[in-house]
Order: sequence, then structure tokens, then C-alpha cells
Amino acid sequence: MPGYFEGETVTRRRLFTGGAMAAGGIATAAIVLPAIGFAVGPVFEQEDVVWRDAGAVSDFSPDNYTPRTITLTAGVGEAGKTTAYIRKTNPQLPGEKPGGFVAISTRCAHLGCPVRWVVPAERFVCPCHGGVYDFQGKVVGGPPPRPLDRFATRVRNGQVQLGPRYSVNSQLKRFSPRDPGEHVDGLWQYLYPKRFTTPSPQ
Amino acid sequence: MAIKIPKPPLPGVRRKPQPPGTDQQDGRPPVKEQAREATAQIVGWVDERSSASSFLRGFLFRKVPKGTNWFYTLGSATMFAFLSQAVTGIFLAMYYDPSATRAYDSIQHINNDVWLGSFVRGMHHWGASVMIVLVFLHMGRTFFFGAYKYPRELNWVVGVVLLVLTLAMGLTGYLLPFDQRSFWATVVAVNINGTGPFIGPYLADFLRGGPEFGATTISRFYALHMLLIPLLIAALIGIHIYLVTKLGTTAPPWLKAKLPEPTEREQV
Repeated sequence: MPGYFEGETVTRRRLFTGGAMAAGGIATAAIVLPAIGFAVGPVFEQEDVVWRDAGAVSDFSPDNYTPRTITLTAGVGEAGKTTAYIRKTNPQLPGEKPGGFVAISTRCAHLGCPVRWVVPAERFVCPCHGGVYDFQGKVVGGPPPRPLDRFATRVRNGQVQLGPRYSVNSQLKRFSPRDPGEHVDGLWQYLYPKRFTTPSPQ
Repeated sequence: MAIKIPKPPLPGVRRKPQPPGTDQQDGRPPVKEQAREATAQIVGWVDERSSASSFLRGFLFRKVPKGTNWFYTLGSATMFAFLSQAVTGIFLAMYYDPSATRAYDSIQHINNDVWLGSFVRGMHHWGASVMIVLVFLHMGRTFFFGAYKYPRELNWVVGVVLLVLTLAMGLTGYLLPFDQRSFWATVVAVNINGTGPFIGPYLADFLRGGPEFGATTISRFYALHMLLIPLLIAALIGIHIYLVTKLGTTAPPWLKAKLPEPTEREQV
């Protein structure tokens, strides 16, 4: 073969070109890969489970909601706060057993605007795109693809505590926490895999 | 065919002979003449070492087709809108504080306390909309004049990437004032990203820097808005302009190509 000495499988020029390329590639990767990992890292980091006091057991009734402001994210001021509408479970409603609590998250299941419980209408209403939900948080109008999310609840020392958020489908079956706009019913649910950042529902 | 390139109005290095009797007492040329000479010397020194004049001649004095009109200035207008955003953005960054608790107050400080603050912030605020409008007008001009066709397809592709990056600038910049409107608009925008199938949920987590809107969200948007995306835009504008210079511009579609007239045999 021209350019090769007797018994050579690779020329000096090819070897050095390849070596220089490999060294450059390794040096670039050594800088770029950690930098990308640094930026993408939060996607794989699971949030801690935090339980926040929301008021005494006697504050809540099974027939009406009581709003409570809780801090979801510390250190970002008002932006880290959200409102939860809390009531006792009502055995007269489908799928509810006595003795528990329901804590509805006000984050609209459409695109995340804050919904409000409108007492005369007995509906949750979203100001942004007109999502409407009933007393149990099921969709009765507008664009939301699923009912309002809920917070896990427990009682400690007579205090109702709110834990991680979880999503429910139209039969109020529990799902892992989804972002707004993601379906959890039928085949649509498989378009949206579980995220790494959210704790699994208990 | 010899192409005649017009000479640029750059100063040459030659020295005019002095008319007799105009020298100073000490025999040197007048001060005005010396100053002109010194400038020419400096320009000549740089040019000799960089060949800048030959590059600039090709870059600035290139031929344009007949029928070139005001619509052809929309691209430059977009670039100058970007430069205006870059300059005002750099100076806004001197007063702005990208933290969830202080961003709003720092914007109020810029608007109310800093001298010319509301003017510079207004330039950035309205300039953003101007740039988006100009980008679309420029794209419309390119489309309706058929200027995306061979051999300029690559420049169209680069332009589309620039369009997406410009919209990304709009998205990331919208959060930074951190008032009610910008906060909830960003919540909605991030959740729209989250509705993309399969990768949507991870994309939303990436944009927020976690499952909930947190302290890293605004600094993330700030870093994207003032460093990553502008650098990409500047680099792609360079490629865009290089290709325009290399390929030239198209004539407007209403001008027919003029074919060379058939030569006739001279009648004797």
C-alpha cells in the first residue's frame, strides 16, 4: 500500500491525527459533560417529602371548604406559596369514606393558574382559560384534561398536615403527581411518564 | 468579463506634493496636513497587517440586483434591534437582581430611582416586541420574494433557528420582571412545554429546575436569557450574514431575468 512501510497497518500521520482528535475529544468532553450534567441534574433529583401543618381537625367541615395557604417552596417568598382547599371527607359523596380529609390543590389541571372556590356556584373556577370543577374537583367545564390535584393528608397531634401533591383521574383514582395539562385517563396517560423529581404516592 | 469594483472611500497612503510656498517656517508641512498624514499612516499600518480593506471592499461594496428596495433592509433592521436589545440588556443587568425575592423590587428600582432607568428598560421592553415583529416581516419578505430557493436554503434554515431562538428570548425574558403577569404567564408556558408527549414532563422539570417553581427557576431563565441564547443568536447571525455575502441577494420576483441579446453577424 502506498505511504505505508513494510508490515505497517497504520501510518504515522494517521496515528497522530487520530491521537490528536481523541485527545481533543476527551478534553472537550471533560468540560462539556459535567457542565451539561450540572444543568440537567435537577431533572433527576427527587424532592423530599415535607408535611406542613394546615390547621386543627375541628377547623374543617365535610360540607364546605376552608382555604389554607401553605409554603411549597421555601426561600422564594410569595412565589413559593399556594392555597389548598381543605374539608373532611363526606360519605354521601361517591368514593369517600368517613374520617379522612380532602385537600384540593388550587393549581388548575389545565395549565397551572390558581383556581378559586366560588361559594354561590359551588364550583372551582380558573381565571385563565375557564376551567370549571365541581365540589370533588372533577371537571365540569372548560379545557382541563383531569380533575384538580390533591395533597396527601394525615393527622398529627390534632393537626391536619398536608404532604406531597398527587393527581387523580376522572374516577378519583390516585396517580403519581403530574404537571398540569397531562392526561391520566385512557391511553393518553401513557404519553406522560412518571417524573424522577416527585415522590411516589403512598 | 472584467468586473469593475468601485473604490471605497478609504484614505490612501500616498502623499500629495506640497504646493510651493505653503511650508511652515521650519520647513515641515502644515499641521492640518500632518494630522491627515498621521491618520492615513495608522489606517495604512493596520490595513497592511490585516488586509481589512480588501475584506471590507468585498463585504460592504458588493453588487446588488436591480430592483433592490426598502424591503431588503428588514434583515439589517432585525439585527440592529438585536444589537439594541444586547446593549440595553447589558446595562439593565447592572441593576437587575435575578432572585425570586428581589427581582420585582430591583425592576421597580430601575424604573423609579435610576437615572434614565425607565427609558433604558422601556427600550428593552418595547424593543423586544419590535424585534419579534421585524423577524416575522423579514421572514415574510424572504418567503414572498422566493429568496429561500436554491442556493439559499441553508440560510432559510439558519433563519428559522434564529426565529425559534428569538421566541425563546421572549419566553425567558418575560419572567424576569417577576410581577403577577410574568409569573403566571411563565407558569402557563412551562406547563405547555410539559404537555409535550414523552419528554414533556422532563422538559418542564428542566425549565423549572425541579418539580415546583423554585429559587433556581428565575436564575435559570436569567442565565438562558442573557448568556446562552444571545451567544447562539450572535453566532448564527454571523453565519447568516456570511451566507448572504457569499451568495448575494435575489432580485424581486417582478423583475424578469434579462437574457443576453443574440449576437448578430455584422452586415457588410
